[in-house]
Amino acid sequence: MNTAFGGPGGGAPHVTVGDELPALEVRITREQLVRYAGAALDFNPIHWNETFAKDVGLPDVIAHGMLTMAVAGRVVTDWLGDPARLVDFSARFTRPVVVPNTPEGAVVEITGKVADVKDDGIARIDLVVKFDGKTVLGKPQALVRV
Amino acid sequence: MPLDQSFTGRSYPPQTSYEVSREKIREFADAIGDANPVYRDPEVAREAGHPDVIAPPTFLTIINLASINAIVTDPELGLDYSRMVHGDQGFTYTRPVFAGDVLEVTTHIDGIMARAGNDFINLRADITDAAGQKVCTTRAQLVVRGENA
Repeated sequence: MNTAFGGPGGGAPHVTVGDELPALEVRITREQLVRYAGAALDFNPIHWNETFAKDVGLPDVIAHGMLTMAVAGRVVTDWLGDPARLVDFSARFTRPVVVPNTPEGAVVEITGKVADVKDDGIARIDLVVKFDGKTVLGKPQALVRV
Repeated sequence: MPLDQSFTGRSYPPQTSYEVSREKIREFADAIGDANPVYRDPEVAREAGHPDVIAPPTFLTIINLASINAIVTDPELGLDYSRMVHGDQGFTYTRPVFAGDVLEVTTHIDGIMARAGNDFINLRADITDAAGQKVCTTRAQLVVRGENA
């Protein structure tokens, strides 16, 4: 078992409401946007073409909402160890993650907390996903089997 | 112009099937920067009780997006694709996606609303495996920004 992905104690995590998940800070660069566009087959030019992005009123190229959601989900799946224990995952896309053409790119900060644990062994994780000090996902939530 | 609300309740049957490969899963995991070995190493996946490597939770966006694009570009619906943004997304998993899965997607329009000059369209997609068993249900809200919104 790889301890880095073993989850809390390797088996089903013993969770209590209020438990905090290990936080994550992820850097998103233009290179990653191109890579993600190819992997996800999402070639909307607002994610790679600066001129196009500005023409439609955006400050610059923005990250795919689904990339931000995928990155946020890692806080949950790293903690779970086995991502198969994730039963539901949802988010609203409320604010764009603007990715400048610099080596530093954009930094997204993710934290998560156990918000509820039901008798049937399903826990709800509430995430907070921030870029530039502001939340970019609305109600990012995961239901997990614990 | 508001979207034709009579599209609510329409269903779009699978146009094609999608075969999930280990290589595409690895490529997707690399793209989201996730090093979890259960997405890459069949041995690790088997130790965790899976038949093969599993896909990251948002992997199904690949199939989802193709089905969304087929609907939003339907000329009868009259949607201005250049004004469309992704409002929200949800996944309810029955089981993880495994390498080797052959998946099909049936998409439903659950609702079309106009509010404050914008159009909202709620889509639901049922993703099933080769045996016809449910793998995941996805939900998406698309927002079409109005000309003056």
